[in-house]
Amino acid sequence: MKNLLLGFLIIGVMGLALWTYSENYVTKQSLDEIVQLNKNIAKARSRLRVLNAEWAYLNRPERLSKLVNANFDELKLLELTSKHFAGLEQIPFRSPGIEPMVDEAEFNNKIDVP
Amino acid sequence: MIRKPLRPLAQIFSARSSGENPDLIELANLRERAQIQHGLILRKTQRRLIMIGGIFIISFGVIGLRMTALAMTDPAEPKAQSMNNDISVIRADIVDRNNRILATNIETHSLYAHPKQLANPSATALRLSEIFPGIDALELEARFSGKQSFLWLRGAISPEEKQAVHDIGDPGLLFGPREMRLYPNGKLAGHILGGTTFGKQGVHSAEIIGVAGVEKEFDELLRDPKSSGLPLKLSLDLTIQSALEKVLRGGMKLMNAKAASAVLMEVHTGEIYAMSSLPDFDPNNRPIGLTKGDQSDDPLFNRAVQGLYEQGSVFKTFTVAQAMELGLVEADTMVDTKRFRWGKSVIKDYRDYGPELTVEKVLVKSSNVGTARLSQMIGADNQKAFLASLGLLASTPIELIEGSTAKPQFPSNWSEIYTITISYGHGISGSPLHLAAAYSAMVNGGTFISPTLVKKSVSEIGPRVISKKVSARLRSMLRDVVNTPEGTANLGEVVGYSVGGKTGTAEKTSKAGGYDAERVLATFASFFPSEDPKYVLIITLDEPEDRMGKEPRRTAGYTAVPVAAEVIRRVAPLLGLTPKARGMLNENLALTNE
Repeated sequence: MKNLLLGFLIIGVMGLALWTYSENYVTKQSLDEIVQLNKNIAKARSRLRVLNAEWAYLNRPERLSKLVNANFDELKLLELTSKHFAGLEQIPFRSPGIEPMVDEAEFNNKIDVP
Repeated sequence: MIRKPLRPLAQIFSARSSGENPDLIELANLRERAQIQHGLILRKTQRRLIMIGGIFIISFGVIGLRMTALAMTDPAEPKAQSMNNDISVIRADIVDRNNRILATNIETHSLYAHPKQLANPSATALRLSEIFPGIDALELEARFSGKQSFLWLRGAISPEEKQAVHDIGDPGLLFGPREMRLYPNGKLAGHILGGTTFGKQGVHSAEIIGVAGVEKEFDELLRDPKSSGLPLKLSLDLTIQSALEKVLRGGMKLMNAKAASAVLMEVHTGEIYAMSSLPDFDPNNRPIGLTKGDQSDDPLFNRAVQGLYEQGSVFKTFTVAQAMELGLVEADTMVDTKRFRWGKSVIKDYRDYGPELTVEKVLVKSSNVGTARLSQMIGADNQKAFLASLGLLASTPIELIEGSTAKPQFPSNWSEIYTITISYGHGISGSPLHLAAAYSAMVNGGTFISPTLVKKSVSEIGPRVISKKVSARLRSMLRDVVNTPEGTANLGEVVGYSVGGKTGTAEKTSKAGGYDAERVLATFASFFPSEDPKYVLIITLDEPEDRMGKEPRRTAGYTAVPVAAEVIRRVAPLLGLTPKARGMLNENLALTNE
């Protein structure tokens, strides 16, 4: 009985040792992956920064106003002034194309009415 | 184990038969048994001791070996902790209130040389001088042939330049990574951003440090690794700043002014939406400051914050407000406006306004005499305390490194003649920013605000300086300055938005002493919409001259006011203010959509 227990324990310890050994290598591999990922993240971030900077540079107000002037024939963009605001009553709404409902029976669901 | 009996019968019988004492046998056996027992215990103890010794030797041996190993190998960073290290070293971005980039970093390269390794110094020097116009070929060749084994050539170069240097193909030319501060909008808000320079330089990196503006004020915060990734959010609005600068630049040219400045501020929070000072500069390429001549002509000089000027009649608003707040007068109280003499000075108006005017008309027509009379009622101590409560006697808490240096100048001995002149803005100097903050307090319902460049999420209500009633009364009086024909700012009307404000034309002091009538500083302190003000706009033109008429006109009403009106016309819709008088929309608009 005692020997059996001892045998199990020894097998257990060996198993655990094997598991630890493999786990150690998995961890090391994961760490390497993390380092690589971090490098990629850093690269992506640096690229993102450059793209953001480029976007900001291309959208600087000075350039946009030049583009607006250059493409006036096509876009006809003007500076926003108070004249471009309108009241709601000035906007012509489209007349509703749907006919008013005649038969109301199907919507009076009596089951839900307490 | 079979125990040996203590009294073996065979021995006992033979002992008895021989007449010996059989008990002796038992004793002898007992002794033998005890000896065996003793030997067993001794061996067991020895084994244990050896085992313990072995454990100690092994564990100390392991520790010793580990220590030796640690001491012998090169140190390595734990991989798991090196995460995010690359991000933290970067200076934080600066963005406007809508998260548009005002300042960011890009990776570039620095160029350096190891002259000893150069294959062909003279040809390399020649080709470098072709790539970089600032490099002189002969001079560089001389430096290459010198004793130095290391030479900085360029701090930060563009990718195109890097490629061109690569193409030279000389092994002695080397690149190092460099972070560079970039202001994508160029000159826009240059004074506010300030600029940066390289601090300590190494081959692999260089420190970026702020030299002026918010870059210097928030230098620690921007460099703090803890704040990495989180940009500094300013209260500025890029679109509005751009519109303001464009109009101001045009206005300055049209009015033949040598310089101009503008401040646009929210009246309840003190957030600055746009602030400009012309002439300006590009923070990407910050110029070297003037070493001689008038420092205020330096493009680096931020007039809106650092420029301390006598601002003239715009101060009358404060005098009238205080007189009303103290209950000394009402808007319709008559005030004596006959010119009078005080000591050596004669207090008179720009034009004769008759013997008396109502308080409202004193403000609308900008009467010096009327304001002087009000100040005499108020008294020196009261006046000083009131101006101090508006923040006009101390430097502003603005988040710019230059802000703290701009301390208003006023007489140390606040005598009665100073009380009189200060009541209409002479004998006291302040910056346009001071004026913006004080006017905000006047029209926002009467609470003090401190100007800020950082976006605020909550607005704090400052201490009360005037009552709500006086503030409301003042707003309608200042509205009359603009919308009545006799008002000094009647060119300030903007379609759709009701503007209120007060003009100020201050003659500049001449070098010979006294005032120079031909060199003035024209200021218009305005707010809009006048019935429930949201924004205060201060426009200052330095030495303007409207030459369109027969005679050059210099007063603020003809110079600063039209510029301010144009700014408001452009900026108010961008600020999301709905124009009051609607229905001006072109009726064809609906058709164009179809």
